[in-house]
Amino acid sequence: MQVGLTHYLVLSALLFCLGLYAMLSRRNAVAILMGIELMLNAANINLVAFNKYVAPTALNGQVFALVVITLAACEAGVGLALVMAAYRNLETVHVDEINIMKW
Amino acid sequence: MNWGLEIAKAVGLAVVMFTFLAVVGAMFGVLLERKIGGWIQSRLGPKHVGPQGLLQTIADTVKLLQKEHITPRAADVAIFNTAPLIVAVAGLMDWIVIPFGPTLIVRDLNIGVLFFAAMASLTVVGILAGGFASNNKYSLLGGLRSASQMISYELPMAAAFIAVAMQAGTLSTVGIVNAQAQRGWFVLWQFPAFVIFLIAATAEVNRVPFDLPEAESELVAGYFSEYTGMRFALFQLGEYAEMFGMAAMATTLFLGGWRGPLLPPIIWFLLKMYLIVFFLMWMRWTYPRLRLDHLLNLSWKLLLPAGLIWILITGFVITFF
Amino acid sequence: MGELAVFIILSAITLVSAVVVVTSGNIVRSALSLVPTFLGVTGFYILLQAEFVAGIQVLIYAGAITVLILFVIMLTEGGTGLRVRQINEQVPMSILASAALALLLISVFIRAPWPTAKEALPQYTASGIGEALLTNLVLVFEVTSLVLLVALMGAIIIARRER
Repeated sequence: MQVGLTHYLVLSALLFCLGLYAMLSRRNAVAILMGIELMLNAANINLVAFNKYVAPTALNGQVFALVVITLAACEAGVGLALVMAAYRNLETVHVDEINIMKW
Repeated sequence: MNWGLEIAKAVGLAVVMFTFLAVVGAMFGVLLERKIGGWIQSRLGPKHVGPQGLLQTIADTVKLLQKEHITPRAADVAIFNTAPLIVAVAGLMDWIVIPFGPTLIVRDLNIGVLFFAAMASLTVVGILAGGFASNNKYSLLGGLRSASQMISYELPMAAAFIAVAMQAGTLSTVGIVNAQAQRGWFVLWQFPAFVIFLIAATAEVNRVPFDLPEAESELVAGYFSEYTGMRFALFQLGEYAEMFGMAAMATTLFLGGWRGPLLPPIIWFLLKMYLIVFFLMWMRWTYPRLRLDHLLNLSWKLLLPAGLIWILITGFVITFF
Repeated sequence: MGELAVFIILSAITLVSAVVVVTSGNIVRSALSLVPTFLGVTGFYILLQAEFVAGIQVLIYAGAITVLILFVIMLTEGGTGLRVRQINEQVPMSILASAALALLLISVFIRAPWPTAKEALPQYTASGIGEALLTNLVLVFEVTSLVLLVALMGAIIIARRER
């Protein structure tokens, strides 16, 4: 049996839903960001798989995947800087304890 | 594609490379370092074990292997045991793209130089994990310092790679060596990139003058304080393999790889690689250690702007001449 | 046949490591288990013959983003807060939501008639990506570098210690 497009799509759907579960059910802000990174990776696998199987002549899928990797790095950087600033002021990184606007 | 044959070839070549590197690189390299250090400091190196001290490293390895495996009680055992493996494997994976001769390469990837940079950046994760899992303040500090030093120096190294790849027109290491056949060695055309690469390579493998993370006088032994016996040997193997790998990459990118008039190509390659290794060891025994903020300033404020300006100049020269 | 075996091994590595990332009680262990996940995704890119993207994935994700996450864990409370409960009270709802989404996506993916192309694949090289980035997609390239610059400045200013 050949490895077809649907194999990659099912795999990326599973990875995406694992990332979604991490984002919904973890307390630590850094763990939520890790879930976001898993979701971005799942989307990237989709993009590159579509590039190979549906539109192989142009390289748009791979360039799009590179742009998504770059933006994920930016977003991880800014998000983690926010987590550190929040920790410095509020002394906690658990998102269910950050529930008042000013203390 | 015959999968069984390819897998057998890959495993066989991996065993050959590991044996070559473990025996020649790490063992001979450690002995070479002690002899050269002794010569520079006007003293004799090891002399007792074997003729002129040649079996010293074997004696050291036997000593390390029979030491007790100590795991600190409150350490995280799984991470503590896998950290030296990450460093050793990442240091050895670099060697897949190094060409010893026109066809003597494990796999001529068409993203060779990018693969090398990627494996060098995987080492940082192992060092952070090792520093954290030891449950020891000095190890944690040493791990954090080493990780920040290594990620700061990846950028000038990548800038040097980009400048060379721009001039050669390809990312493949065999292609870069062949491109040096027409116009001359890149050490002449890309001398600033050569200097930047050597400084960044010394910092990537945590050697003096950039070895603050392992400084005995300040941090006990940094991130590998708690490692004994075979795991310590794996850390050292990873670092020496990576140092030799950086020297091999410097000869491939800048000194013309295997090219030379009379002798067989692999002899030329090893000669040039050992020349750079000698230069790296000479730097170790000559310069004092840089302080952490001087080290990071050197990377971000001097080497990275210099690398970017050199890329600009290279692009300009390639387009118009 | 060999390709299917490699695909199954890589998916096993990726999915098991992802499960460890999302369910481990020890935050450092879940951060370190991101590395096999990213390396598994790199293997998928190589199977899909996108080698440049695979190299960039190892360099940036496994080499830089994992290090960044580990740094922030160690600088906030990862070193001391390892015995703290890591999951909140939304676990049953989130299992339900992710399972529902997974079922929906997988059924759509299996049933949709994808227009797969049958022509031969060109050789995807780094120079091809470079040409595409500087001719057809130059606007994407420029805007991405602008976003990188803004994110870099923003992260430095936000994380700076108040003096």
